[in-house]
Amino acid sequence: MSEFDQLYREVILDHYRNPRGHGALEECDAHAEGQNPLCGDEVSIFVRFADDGETIDEVGFEGRGCAISQAATSMLTEMVKGRKAADVAVLPKDELLEEIGIPLTPIRLKCAILGLGVLKVALHRAKGTPLPAEWQGLADELDLDS
Amino acid sequence: MAVAFTTTLDARKLRADFPIFEQEFHGKPLAFLDSAASSQKPRQVLDAMTRFYETSYANVHRGVYELAERATEGLEHARERCRAFVNAPAAHEIIFVRNATEAINLVAYSWGLANLGPGDVVLVTELEHHANFVPWQYIAGKTGAEFRMLPVETDGTLHLEQLDELAGDGTVKVVATGYVSNVLGGSNDVPRIAAWAHERGAIHVCDAAQAAPHKRVDVQALGTDFVAVSGHKMLGPSGIGFLWGRSELLRSMDPFLTGGHMIRRVRENESTWGELPHKFEAGTAPMAEAVGLGAAIDYLEAVGLEAIERHEHELVAYALERLAEIPGVTTWGPPPERRAGIVSFDVEGVHPHDVAQILDLDAVAIRAGHHCCQPLMHRLGVAATNRASFYLYTVPEEIDRLAAGLWRVKETFGV
Repeated sequence: MSEFDQLYREVILDHYRNPRGHGALEECDAHAEGQNPLCGDEVSIFVRFADDGETIDEVGFEGRGCAISQAATSMLTEMVKGRKAADVAVLPKDELLEEIGIPLTPIRLKCAILGLGVLKVALHRAKGTPLPAEWQGLADELDLDS
Repeated sequence: MAVAFTTTLDARKLRADFPIFEQEFHGKPLAFLDSAASSQKPRQVLDAMTRFYETSYANVHRGVYELAERATEGLEHARERCRAFVNAPAAHEIIFVRNATEAINLVAYSWGLANLGPGDVVLVTELEHHANFVPWQYIAGKTGAEFRMLPVETDGTLHLEQLDELAGDGTVKVVATGYVSNVLGGSNDVPRIAAWAHERGAIHVCDAAQAAPHKRVDVQALGTDFVAVSGHKMLGPSGIGFLWGRSELLRSMDPFLTGGHMIRRVRENESTWGELPHKFEAGTAPMAEAVGLGAAIDYLEAVGLEAIERHEHELVAYALERLAEIPGVTTWGPPPERRAGIVSFDVEGVHPHDVAQILDLDAVAIRAGHHCCQPLMHRLGVAATNRASFYLYTVPEEIDRLAAGLWRVKETFGV
C-alpha cells in the first residue's frame, strides 16, 4: 500500500463523510466539549447511560475540523457503545490509534485523540472522578471543557 | 501559461545555492512553498557562519587579544550591513535581538511600561501578526491603557480614514502596524499611518518581518519610529533579528533586559547603563548569527530587492491563475501587483490540515493554520487557511505541483 493510501485510507474518509453517532443527544448523562486551538478542530460529545447507570447506551458527537479528528471521533463512538463507563474512562489511547490504523505525526496525533480526550472529560465529570494525570496535560493544551 | 515571466532574477540558478533542495522527500524533490514562515538558507550564509566560527570566534567587546578584535569586527560589520539595508541614520540605532517578536517586546516593555497609563490608547490593526498584537495587548492591560483595533477588509484593505473615529477623544500613545501581511501578502501605507500617529502625538511601531525579505524597507522614507525585522525570513539564520529605533527615543528608554555587557558601571546600590546599542544588548550577543544575517543581506542586495519583488508578483499572478482553474478553491488578498509572494486559500469541504498533509505526500510543503493571526482568521470567518508562499528560489513548476496536488486533494475527498 502506498503512503498515500495508508494515510487517507477509505475507512477514514468514509467515517469523515458519513460520521457514525453524529448529532447531539437531547437528554444526556455526560457531556463535554473541546477544541484544538492549533488548528480549530472542535468536538462536542454527549453520552447517555443505560438503566444500570454504568453502560454507555447512546453516544453522539458534533464537531468540525480535519478528517482525522472527525473520523477518529466517529470511530470512537462505535468503539465505546455498550461498554462500561468506568472502562472507557481508562481506555488507553493506543486502542483507538490501532483502530484508526494510520501513521500519525505528533501534530496529527492530537487531532486523532481529541475526541477521546473530550469523552474522558465527560465521563470522569459525570462520575465525579478525577481525570488521570496523563490526560490532564492534554486537557489543558486542547482547551477541553472542564 | 498566460503570465509572462519578465524577471531578471534567475530562480533556477539561485536554487543551486540552497543545499536544502539537494534532498528528496517521499522520493520527490522538495517544492518548498512556506518561505513566509521561514526562508531557506543559501550556502553563502552558512559558509560565512562556519568561517566566523573557524577563524574569528571569541567573545566580542573588551577583549584585548587579536581574535576578540576580529570577532568584534565581525559583529559590528554585520550591524553596519543592517543599518545600510534599512537606510538607518546611524549604526548604533540597530539593536540585535532574537527576532521581530523580541524587537516589539523590547519597545512594548521599555517604552510602553514607562509611557502608558489609564486614559491612553494603544492602536493596532486586525491584520497584525500576534507578534505586533499580543505584546501591546499585554502591556496595555498591565498599564491600564486602552487597546483598540482598526478593522480590516477580507482582502486586507485597512480603512485609514477610520483612524480618527477609532481614536476618538483618547490620547493615542502608540500606533503599531505591520508593513506586509504574512497571511494576505498586501502592503500597508506605513508613511500615512506613521504621519497620522505623529499628528496625534503618538509613536509608530512598524513590524517589517514580512516586508524586509521582499521589498526595500527604508526607515527614513517610512517615517516611523521603530522597525522590527527577523533574520530567518530573509535568508538569515534563526535566532537573530534587529530593532531599528530613533536615537532620541532609544536613549530616553530604560533597558529591556539587564545583566552583562549592557552596563556602564555597577555598584552595590545602583547600576548605570551603557551607550546605544549596548544598553539593549545584555549578555553575549548572537555573534555568528549576526554574521550570517550580514551575509544574507549581501546575498539579497546582490540579487536585488526590486528583482525579488517583481519575481514574487509574477509568481503570485501565476499561482492565482492556476488556483482559479480549480473549482471550490477560493483565495484571499489583494491583486498580485500589490502583494508579496503569499497566497492564502481555502479548498471547499477540506480542512487545511488535510490539504497540507496530502500535498506533503507529493513533497509540496505549504502551511496550514492560523499563521499567528487569529484576529484576522476571525475576520475571514475561518479557523485556519492554507498558505503557499514564494521566494527568490521559487520556480513556476512548484506552483504547477501545488495545483496538481490540489486536484488530488479534491479527488481524495470527493469534493
